[in-house]
Amino acid sequence: MLTYAARRLLVAIPTLLGVATVVFLLLRLLPGDPAIVIAGPTATPEEIHNIRVQLGLTLPGWQQYLGFMVRLAHGDLGISTRTGAPVIQEISTRVPYTATLALASLVLAIALGVAAGILAARRRNTAADVAISGGAVFGVSMPTYWLGLMLIVVFAVRLRVLPAAGTDRGIESLVLPAVTLALFSMGLVARQTRSAMLEVLGQDFVRTARAKGAGRAAVLLRHALRNALLPILTTIGLQFGTLLGGAVLTETVFAWPGIGRLLVDSIGARDYPVVQGVVLLLSVSFIVINLLTDLLYAYVDPRIRYG
Amino acid sequence: MSIPGSGTAESAAPALGATAELAPVQLAPLAGGGRLWARLRTHPSAIVGIGILAFYVAASLLVPLVLRWNPVDQSLNDAFLPASAGHPLGTDDLGRDELIRLVYGARYTLSLGFGAVAIGLLVGLPLGAVSGYFGGWIDLLGQRLTDVMLAFPNILLALALVAVLGVGLQNVIISVGITSIPIFVRLVRASTLSIRELPYVEAARALGVPATRILLRHVVPNALAPVIVQASLQLGAAILIAAGLGFLGLGVQAPTPEWGSMLGLSRNYIFSDPNLATFAGLAIFGAVLAFNLMGDGLRDALDPRLK
Repeated sequence: MLTYAARRLLVAIPTLLGVATVVFLLLRLLPGDPAIVIAGPTATPEEIHNIRVQLGLTLPGWQQYLGFMVRLAHGDLGISTRTGAPVIQEISTRVPYTATLALASLVLAIALGVAAGILAARRRNTAADVAISGGAVFGVSMPTYWLGLMLIVVFAVRLRVLPAAGTDRGIESLVLPAVTLALFSMGLVARQTRSAMLEVLGQDFVRTARAKGAGRAAVLLRHALRNALLPILTTIGLQFGTLLGGAVLTETVFAWPGIGRLLVDSIGARDYPVVQGVVLLLSVSFIVINLLTDLLYAYVDPRIRYG
Repeated sequence: MSIPGSGTAESAAPALGATAELAPVQLAPLAGGGRLWARLRTHPSAIVGIGILAFYVAASLLVPLVLRWNPVDQSLNDAFLPASAGHPLGTDDLGRDELIRLVYGARYTLSLGFGAVAIGLLVGLPLGAVSGYFGGWIDLLGQRLTDVMLAFPNILLALALVAVLGVGLQNVIISVGITSIPIFVRLVRASTLSIRELPYVEAARALGVPATRILLRHVVPNALAPVIVQASLQLGAAILIAAGLGFLGLGVQAPTPEWGSMLGLSRNYIFSDPNLATFAGLAIFGAVLAFNLMGDGLRDALDPRLK
């Protein structure tokens, strides 16, 4: 297990370096002089020069790259050109909001998605199955940003039971954004659970378990679900990326002060150091989560370690 | 890996890489369009998907013949009119007919989707085939590069690219197109890996057929079935992302009647005139749903186990 973990960690390193390189190139790929773009149309030549120095654009390319990587290793992501505060500080105050939102959505997506998938598989080709499978396709086709707006219209404007935006009503404020963000993943998890369960339910060991008189719930959960778990886990692991990306849109709809909204605001304000920082953070979290999911597989299914 | 709408997660094997490896999907080689159509025709979800698309195409061709409003010209005296015979869906904040804007929007949305997927296919297919067929350092390099691209959570890469390239129809197509590349690389590579070991490829090699010809005549045509399924799902995903960029104000710009940017602008009137948001979002939802349903249908129609 330890060797496997070490090997997976080694494979992740080039990906991490690659992501950091792409993020570095992002600013350098800007058409024209990034300093002029960042400074805006009203800037004086001195201001432009200051930004150029601040971004290290006066140095040769390889020195910029090395400097970027070394500072990155020290957790230094530069200074926000909009607020003048360190990027890492701008981001870290927002992280708890995005983490709360993404985790709440993930819990919703797993709990409801897996339950719906099991139900659909057990009642295959009944009205319940058709409704769940249909609902799942709707879920993965729904633009989250539109769903969010519609939920605001219904629950905040018409029924007035939940707040339309912001965070000042605690858990009540979390309900609509979390449901909005969860729906897509819920649909995928339900579809995956259904097909994995169908595959397992047709197998001999499930019939044997039934034949020897094991209770319905025991067969379903202990025998079938446990063996169907691997593909379901794969889907769930991939949902982190979907949730992190989806947070950008959901946070904008609900004025949720997370890093997704910070990213959109920073793109609008041409605050590229913050854009770099957020893109980097989201991608690195995604890589780390994928790594943890892989290690979890090896734990759930010992065959993988020897594969 | 997962980009919204990518139902491939269902067929994905347990992820062992930093991101999920796509399992070589067991699909029959394409055997004549006639037989494919015969099987699609009996597939309920494919029929619904094709029906929605046919409705969109018919509406975008026919409605402008009947309703002679200009989708861009403003008429402030007519702002926020309710539905009437002259304006079947009412007017927007600048007095433009909502229906005619939606109908013209279909052209932009479909161009965005097809343009982006075309880029993904044109780059991803050859890269995947070469990577899988030749293996070695080309494969290693190609796979690490796709790892890096897949490490950006879905909409994030498109967002970062648009931040650099700038907004507008063409740049959105390029940005979303680039994000569609890695999934096709993975898919084609996985199929190629299994096809290159088949006897007929070995026979061709033994006969001294050049590698390019083997790839073009023997490998790629037999790897196409899963690509077609994925292309349909990817169309939905591309539309979802492109409209999401429009929604954030970072996609196709006003006054172009693109559904995402229409939805984004309608947010300002969500309390006074929620219909505007309803229609624009419904249009996006319908298009994504149509391609997802068609993808499901194609998958079943091309699956040899379901014959």
